Amino acid sequence: MTDHEQILTSCDNGGPIWVHVKGNRILRIRPIVYDDSFKPWTIQVGNRSFSPLKKATVAPFTLAGRLRVDSPDRVGYPMKRADFDPEKNRNPENRGKSGYERISWDQAFDIVASEIKRVQERYGKEAILGLTSSHQMWGISQYRFSSFERFFGFVGGTRQLHNPDSWEGFHWGLPHVWGFYWRLGMAEQYDLLEDALKHSEMIVYWSNDPDSTHGLYGGQESAIWRLWLKELGKTQVFIDPFCNYTAVLFADKWIAPKPGTDAALALAIAFVWLDEGTYDRSYVETHTVGFERWQDYVLGKEDGIPKTPRWAEKITGVSARVTKALAHMWASKTTMLGTWWGGAARSAYAHEWTRMILLLQAMQGLGKPGVNIWAVAKGAPQDVSFKFPGYTAGGMNLVAKEVPQNPVKQSIYRLLIPEGILNPPIHWKSPGFCGQSVEQQFEDYIYPLPGHSEIKMIYRFGGSYIGTMTETNRWVEAYRSPKIECIVSQVPWWEPETKLSDIVLPVCTSLERCDVAEWASAQGYIPDSQVACNHRLFVYQKKCVEPRFESKSDYEIFGGVAERLGLGDRYTEGNSEEDWIRKIVEASPLKECIPFEEFKEKGYYVMPLPEGYKPKPAMRWFYEKGEGLATPSGKIEFFASSLHKHTPDDKERPPIPHYIPSWEGPDSDLARRYPLQLLTPHPRYDFHTHNDAHSFWLWEIPGHRIIKDSYTWWPIRIHPSDARTRGIQDRDIVKVYNDRGAVLCIAVLTERVRPGTVHSFESCGRYDPLELGKPNAIDRGGCMNLLTPARFISKNAPGMAPNSCLVQIEKWEG
Amino acid sequence: MARYGLLIDVTRCNGCYNCQIACKDEFFENHYPPYSLPQPGTGHFWIRIEEKERGKYPWVKVTYTPIPCMHCENAPCMKGDGAGAVYRRKDGIVLIDPEKAKGLKGIVDSCPYGVIYWNNELKVPQKCTLCAHLLDKGWKEPRCVDACPTLALRFGDLDDSNSEIAKAMASKNIEHLHPEFGTNPRVLYANYPKLFIAGSLVFGDTDECGEGASVSLWTPSGVEVHHQKANSFGDFEFDNVGEQGSYQLKISAEGYETKFISVDLKGDIYLEEIVLHRR
Repeated sequence: MTDHEQILTSCDNGGPIWVHVKGNRILRIRPIVYDDSFKPWTIQVGNRSFSPLKKATVAPFTLAGRLRVDSPDRVGYPMKRADFDPEKNRNPENRGKSGYERISWDQAFDIVASEIKRVQERYGKEAILGLTSSHQMWGISQYRFSSFERFFGFVGGTRQLHNPDSWEGFHWGLPHVWGFYWRLGMAEQYDLLEDALKHSEMIVYWSNDPDSTHGLYGGQESAIWRLWLKELGKTQVFIDPFCNYTAVLFADKWIAPKPGTDAALALAIAFVWLDEGTYDRSYVETHTVGFERWQDYVLGKEDGIPKTPRWAEKITGVSARVTKALAHMWASKTTMLGTWWGGAARSAYAHEWTRMILLLQAMQGLGKPGVNIWAVAKGAPQDVSFKFPGYTAGGMNLVAKEVPQNPVKQSIYRLLIPEGILNPPIHWKSPGFCGQSVEQQFEDYIYPLPGHSEIKMIYRFGGSYIGTMTETNRWVEAYRSPKIECIVSQVPWWEPETKLSDIVLPVCTSLERCDVAEWASAQGYIPDSQVACNHRLFVYQKKCVEPRFESKSDYEIFGGVAERLGLGDRYTEGNSEEDWIRKIVEASPLKECIPFEEFKEKGYYVMPLPEGYKPKPAMRWFYEKGEGLATPSGKIEFFASSLHKHTPDDKERPPIPHYIPSWEGPDSDLARRYPLQLLTPHPRYDFHTHNDAHSFWLWEIPGHRIIKDSYTWWPIRIHPSDARTRGIQDRDIVKVYNDRGAVLCIAVLTERVRPGTVHSFESCGRYDPLELGKPNAIDRGGCMNLLTPARFISKNAPGMAPNSCLVQIEKWEG
Repeated sequence: MARYGLLIDVTRCNGCYNCQIACKDEFFENHYPPYSLPQPGTGHFWIRIEEKERGKYPWVKVTYTPIPCMHCENAPCMKGDGAGAVYRRKDGIVLIDPEKAKGLKGIVDSCPYGVIYWNNELKVPQKCTLCAHLLDKGWKEPRCVDACPTLALRFGDLDDSNSEIAKAMASKNIEHLHPEFGTNPRVLYANYPKLFIAGSLVFGDTDECGEGASVSLWTPSGVEVHHQKANSFGDFEFDNVGEQGSYQLKISAEGYETKFISVDLKGDIYLEEIVLHRR
């Protein structure tokens, strides 16, 4: 560390940054601005030219990054729960209530290693469960696929199977229609920005808020694209029970179906097209199979119920006339279906809706110019033939001499972990992410595996499930089970779950160590996710400041524990963190663009679009060929032969997609007690729970938190008519509750929700129960996930369905 | 000598709050003598965003208006308590001298835009400095503009015809916020929204959307100013209606009774569903 001002580089989930430091202090964080000589691409539409800005456009939380480093809730030192004594009494029932005492790193490494040894010797390797969240701090050498995977590869342990949370309804539905199982069903996005700008006349955003969801990691790269769409006069229609953040800026029409009824709306649109013959008959004949059975269901020949707009109106609340008008416009204009990972995919029977909207586009010639499935936040022109590892590629494991293989076969499904601990055995279908085949979706799993021990120790690597999973009170209960003899949390901050662990190991942030990454690149199940950015950008993430207090990097911590287990040299292979970065970069083609030392010095490389670049729009190949999809027929399957083969009698996910009333919907019995439908999408100003707890600048954004009586409350949005009948005024504190729990929020009266629907973000970073340690205590931090159901999307689709959630709201007088 | 201006195009602002956060990042715990003392962690909004929800379910929009210091040519903060403590540079940037302004709470109240904040710990009034300390070091633009992803904020020399800001000025409706304050700000607003009158037409006999129906708008002075045809959803919207007052709408469609609607326009209005009856 020097005393003059230095400009270093880093990157997070919201984009690449320059970090100005002086001494051991961060002065400021700003987006990287490209050199004057850099030439951005241009897309020509008629006589207009469109070029992105010559700088990185980052997400709001990225600019608040320095608050994470010196936040008062940093875990400064290794800590041990005061009444946890591995030699005598462990007192698991006090987890969540006990205080902590500081220990040294030597003591911490000793306890953790000896617990791992003890548990594995006594019960078996599988008695340890390593838990990770879905997203970590940016940087591929220490992402979970690297530091964590490498460690548990050597140590062994029960595998945690993630549910495909971002995908859910898309994952359990789309592979049965068009294959793409290696992408978990999602659509290719290549060159769709240009395709839409040049050819589309209308964009139908269905359950999509790209201005808030950023194409996942793309920051605000696509914000300017939507201004271009408006400038070119494209019609932009939004279907969402909430007039979302993109809709309030761009909607030419906002259509608000009741949550969970989108499939009925989709059927009514199909009905109009079939009735009026306004669909691409020849495409359907040449590119699809099973259309007749779909037609029979839609027209009412199967069940005697024609799926007319009038039929749908009673279910969705959207008038028949508006549904008809939408159907007419969609058929007569060149229409892009703007959908990606939206909240409607995380509700009851969501695989029916996802399949239907893909089939709707198939009826309009999916893959022809301007007609596709587009996130409206991906598909910038990029040379994707250039292969640089994303975070799923394995980081250290890509270049290590020895790549360890975890020998344990036992696994446990993330969504069922509390049940697995509290009430085993548990059964479920599939390994979660079914990226190897469609058949994986039908495999039977059990925990504990016969002949295997239950989990006795949990090793938590970052993240917080209490703010992000469903019905999260179950987690509080599970952590306090005496079956779990030891819980270790390896985290930078005191998160909701951290206070339920026995040993806490302080991790430094990515600004306090080095790493390397491409902006927005995951690869793996999200191939070419970096097409959310206008240009490909590679960052040498520099160590900007020293680790605070006694925090260490994940690599150092895993190395320290591995050392005590006699695995230290095998884990590190004698490499420093910088050594690993150099090896990863030198094994990639990046050196053809910029020499390593220059890349390290400058800190980033932004790749111009190659001369003579020829766009290859997604799915154009299929439109031209008519076959070649990874389905049994090679074509789009209206009648899903994979479902017919494996689960022919599954009425909840039949071969032809059906409208099925939600098990926790507006017409269910439960709605009599809990009449309001709660929507909980991802937060707009944060990235999951990464910043909420410590970035107090986010608390001053009223869309994120609102200050009242010295507390920063989590907002819930409610229509004035629903507020009025409950005597609730704007900015009152309210209790939002159902049988699963209760959360205190601040009421924001708004016209942006349809009456009967309420909206509040999930992923709050603060769990603040009024009674500490009690599982069903009222939370005032804003953990809406306490209220959402643990029930799966359908009996054979073990996906989460948080948006099928009924609540009641009343003014809080306490 | 540059003549600095900041141009804010409200139609390009997406309410991301990058500018508000970048400003806090620049000044929190950072002292830039003689320009500014550090900003407190919370409570100050040297650039703030005013969010306005407009309309009624299901016709709703939100307008975001970033509001920094206006750097007025005729700055009220330079009078009264501010005389001698607040000064204006030749390039137009208005600065509060942190030394001379100590204890002068009156400066906070002097601003009709409410962009001056009191630092209770340091006992000094504070506000946006247009990041003068950075501009003087060679930065192209202040932090807020640097962080803006959509060109909603543009900064530069108004006298340089090649600058982004000068070029942008040429093609837009430019105005001051609250011109009635008479302070002549250097911060200019483009495309500042006026009011809208919207509605959704329905053909009563067929219960279909009133596509193609003609809608005309008469201003309070009786002049037919706007005319449009309802779109495929039967929706019409007159945007950027300038003044409050009594408006008349005439809605007509072949074979249907013409409808006249009086609107007393005080704010944005969505007339909801308007049914046209067969003649």
